[in-house]
Amino acid sequence: MLVFISYLLIIGAGTGGELCVSRAMKAVGEVKDFRPAALVGVMTRALRVSWMWVGLTLMGTAFFSLLAVLSRENVSLVVPVTALSYGAGALGGKFFLGEQVTPRRWAGVFLVCIGVTIVIMGRR
Amino acid sequence: MKSSAGLHFKTYLLIFLMVMFGPLGNVLLGKGMKRIGAVSIATPAGALDFLSGVLTSGTVWLGIGSLMIFFVANILVLSWADYSYVQPASSVAYGMSALLAHFLLREVVTPTRWIGVLLICLGVLVVGHTPPRTTEPS
Repeated sequence: MLVFISYLLIIGAGTGGELCVSRAMKAVGEVKDFRPAALVGVMTRALRVSWMWVGLTLMGTAFFSLLAVLSRENVSLVVPVTALSYGAGALGGKFFLGEQVTPRRWAGVFLVCIGVTIVIMGRR
Repeated sequence: MKSSAGLHFKTYLLIFLMVMFGPLGNVLLGKGMKRIGAVSIATPAGALDFLSGVLTSGTVWLGIGSLMIFFVANILVLSWADYSYVQPASSVAYGMSALLAHFLLREVVTPTRWIGVLLICLGVLVVGHTPPRTTEPS
């Protein structure tokens, strides 16, 4: 049960965190000036958006959940589960960020999911 | 919905930086940490040894620098591009890790892993044929 909750946290909090960071950056607005001083300004503005802090906290939670699971389970069992985050990411993009996830994009996400699982399972 | 050449160019450029510096950072951190060796952080002296080993390792600092570039590129690209575009597109990093492992670290990459990399590339190619941004800029 504890491992299941940890898996849920790895996928849910990990992807949720990235979605929140994405939402924060959309609030900051499109970056058009890439000079160092301008980039520092962008970072400062991003840190003032509460979604950024929610995102970073969730990503931290996912990271420590991954460490907790890895202390009990084999990497070859744990990491393929994280490939599910690509599916969760597409769903979150659609419903949380209002992105248009077309059938073509779903097909690509599906291929990536399978590919990532095979890559991780193929590790020696 | 915008899909101008400029938007595509800067999206591809930042995803390229993510794909290059993410795996590189992980490899450098891995190498640096292995050089430091297994240290017990259960005691204050052990923790201090560990911290001093980390802070004085050039490889670890290079790894941290690479991961910083990865993180900045990631959040910058998310200021305009869809998350459902960036996330699968940046999975090319798995292919990059396999190449780095094969050519730099002389590790054996199994045929199964290469098949996985091929599927990821195919998936990224399919996602790459969708517009990077499908929402209105704020």
